[in-house]
Amino acid sequence: MVIDWLPSILIVALLLIGVVGMLRRSSLWRAGRPEKVNIIAGLLAMPGRYFKDLHHVVERDKYMANTHVATGGGFVLSMVLVLVVHVFKVEQQIVAWALLAALLLMLVGAFFVFKRRLNPPERLSKGPWMRLPKSLIIFALTFIVLTLPAAGVLPEGTGGVALIAVLSIGVIIGLGELLFGMGWGGPMKHAFAGTLHLAFHRRPERFGGGRSTGLKPVDLEGDVLGVAKPSDFKWNQLLGFDACVQCGKCQAMCPAFAAGQPLNPKKLIQDMVVGLAGGTDANYAGSPYPGKEVGNAKGGPNEIITAGLVSQETLWSCTTCRACVEECPMMIEHVDAIVDMRRFLTMEKGETPNKGSEVLENIIATDNPNGYAPGSRTNWAADQNLAVMKDKKEVDVLFWVSDGAFDMRSQRILRAFVKLMKAADVDVAILGDEERDSGDVARRLGDDATFQSLAKRNLATLGQYKFNKIVTTDPHAYHCLRNEYADFDKDGALAGVEVLHHTTFLNQLVQSGALKLDAFKGGKVTYHDPCYLGRYNGEYEAPRDLLRSLGIEISEMERSGFRSRCCGGGGGAPITDIPGERRIADMRMEDASATGAELVAVGCQQCTAMLEGVVEPRPEVKDISEILVDQLVEEVH
Amino acid sequence: MPHKVISLISVGRHPQSGRSRRADQDSRAVELGLKLAGTDLDVVHAGSSEEPVLRQYAGMGLPKVTVLEQAESADALPAISSYLKTQQADIVLTGVRSESGESSGMTPYLLAEQLGWPIVARVADIVEVKDGEAQVLLALPRGQRRQVTVKLPFIASIDNAAEAARQSAFGPGLRAKMEAQSGSTEEDSVRVNWSEAPAKARPKRLKVVKAKTAADRFKAATAKPQGGSGKVMKNESAQEQAQAIFDLLIEEKIIR
Repeated sequence: MVIDWLPSILIVALLLIGVVGMLRRSSLWRAGRPEKVNIIAGLLAMPGRYFKDLHHVVERDKYMANTHVATGGGFVLSMVLVLVVHVFKVEQQIVAWALLAALLLMLVGAFFVFKRRLNPPERLSKGPWMRLPKSLIIFALTFIVLTLPAAGVLPEGTGGVALIAVLSIGVIIGLGELLFGMGWGGPMKHAFAGTLHLAFHRRPERFGGGRSTGLKPVDLEGDVLGVAKPSDFKWNQLLGFDACVQCGKCQAMCPAFAAGQPLNPKKLIQDMVVGLAGGTDANYAGSPYPGKEVGNAKGGPNEIITAGLVSQETLWSCTTCRACVEECPMMIEHVDAIVDMRRFLTMEKGETPNKGSEVLENIIATDNPNGYAPGSRTNWAADQNLAVMKDKKEVDVLFWVSDGAFDMRSQRILRAFVKLMKAADVDVAILGDEERDSGDVARRLGDDATFQSLAKRNLATLGQYKFNKIVTTDPHAYHCLRNEYADFDKDGALAGVEVLHHTTFLNQLVQSGALKLDAFKGGKVTYHDPCYLGRYNGEYEAPRDLLRSLGIEISEMERSGFRSRCCGGGGGAPITDIPGERRIADMRMEDASATGAELVAVGCQQCTAMLEGVVEPRPEVKDISEILVDQLVEEVH
Repeated sequence: MPHKVISLISVGRHPQSGRSRRADQDSRAVELGLKLAGTDLDVVHAGSSEEPVLRQYAGMGLPKVTVLEQAESADALPAISSYLKTQQADIVLTGVRSESGESSGMTPYLLAEQLGWPIVARVADIVEVKDGEAQVLLALPRGQRRQVTVKLPFIASIDNAAEAARQSAFGPGLRAKMEAQSGSTEEDSVRVNWSEAPAKARPKRLKVVKAKTAADRFKAATAKPQGGSGKVMKNESAQEQAQAIFDLLIEEKIIR
């Protein structure tokens, strides 16, 4: 009977249409700029990346992890077996039973997806995503019934034409979502794009427990510096945007979103998808950018992004804290994309907002963001009796002072750290007036030309001297020196040099017994993880170890460690100063106050400045080196 | 008919680092020029077309910079004045004084003299150019402005009160064309004999605040100085006027 064949024909037809859609979708990504990717190695590594790295992130939400394993695993298994049983007509009952088991697994998963969608949290996108669990259930149920005869449970031909017709509708709905939708931009697109995104990720170093956080350099000889149009992204960045599942975990973590600034990382990625595919954001069914209505954004692969798709304030609201990237189960790189677009605004349009242009001009003319005389960089150390590299030439530890040298509050941190190093008898020197701004702010503001110039000049200076370690109290300089200078270090000025944050270094000194410290007698203490120390460099433990070595039991904030909330001071955000409803620093201080702490320990001068800017009453804010120095047992000689 | 506007630019010097930069007043002159003429603005520099600072000016959105190619020791004046004579410009904008070199502030005056054009000094804005005349706002101390009408063509030196220069973008600056023409070979004989030394801070006259109340102090700090002892000499002979100035300088111990 022809009608018996109807489901099989439908399966094949929908599969083919789905494949055509996928090929079309791939051609959209290929509009991006070329980027070398090892295709074979990527594809081979993909399953591992999925099961280990991606799942490691998903597992933070146990409910969803199990649900996804059941649904996704069940679907992949059933789809293969559906082809075996219903298209190739393999007539072994065991295969049919295997298919039934897979479908049942998927059904259970789909049920839990359904349950979550009954009362979905705000971060989840609605719209077509609300339909997905129903389509999944229809798919599973349809094929369960369709497979029962093959498994020998029901006699062939049960239900007659009527049932076949009903089941065919089920096949169309289920496979329409799962195969057609996968290729043609439905919610299931995430499975297809996500798989390839994992294989061809722009930062393969992130998989297998690695870390890759340094921004990629701009080719300053290019026709367009930065990203003006979606087609200016690398092709695998476009692919990455398309992998988004709109789970909104980024949105839930974004400090700018919480502060009511016009940024929502999820919406941003979806706008990039609108850009790469062409069209409007009218179908977007998630939370908007705070204060901006959905439906007005329009774009195409070759249209300027900031002319209608994404507003400039959205791009400048980001603090580059990387909370979204850390949280994204698809390992999408939001910060890379934002800085890429900022680069266009700064280096091509000259439209860095508010104080941005002044700060950049100062950095260019004086190597520090506030335009102080370069010759006054070492004034803070006039009474510190610190050796200068120019005289010493060779030293064990080079202390990278950073621009805190010009700021009186940061100088207290610097002095505390110097005192600790002297107490531990460290062979240390500074670059003095030869040091320059690390380029962190310039780079985050999109001025990669200035960053590269600073990096090269700093490296040339460093290359003249011999040292084993660079230690700095500034996590931003730490990040640049450790993760971003290597791209420009042609002469190996930093080859074999250990770059350390002062908390790591001090922890080594304490552990080795070089520093003797009294127990801390103050009240409750909490610790704020700086983004550029924690998420950017994975150092969560050394600062905590140091506090513990003083006998402090840290009262952790709800958001700490890799989920720490930004202080609002990164990425040039205090300079571009995009208005919101709240201040990020105030929210962070509320987190701290909620622990009942009297003291917030910090490991970053920028965080110190931001948190101390919160009006009192509030806990005191101190850098860890300041806390340590108060407990230092000084030996009398 | 659109008016031909030329902005003259020089290599500036950052007051803190001493490093070359786009000069503050010159870049304001470019900003004003862009407002008046858009990208038709002709921006002219006498010096080397290899000078990196020119890229900082070009980054303001200039497709090209005209460079009158000449050695550093050559005088900028003859090159610029002969260039201007060929251009039939309506408005020439300069800074009040350069941040490096002689920094005498004489360039606009000498150009005006050579071209026979009027000069308006310390301009804050050019409001309108119409019927061969321009409405110009002059910057006076304490934020005051004076509106004057000037016949085209004229030279204007741009005060720090003018609109600040827009941000310089790296990409367009890098791609701008440097159109070199030959400049002058005439050596700046005055400059050659100069030697440069860091400036000493100029002595400031002590301000004796007699105010007793906060309101008085506020007034002293903000109000226009009422030069009580000043006098206007209109009808006296040049001899008498000069004598009065001379006496004042001695009284103020500026000359001894």
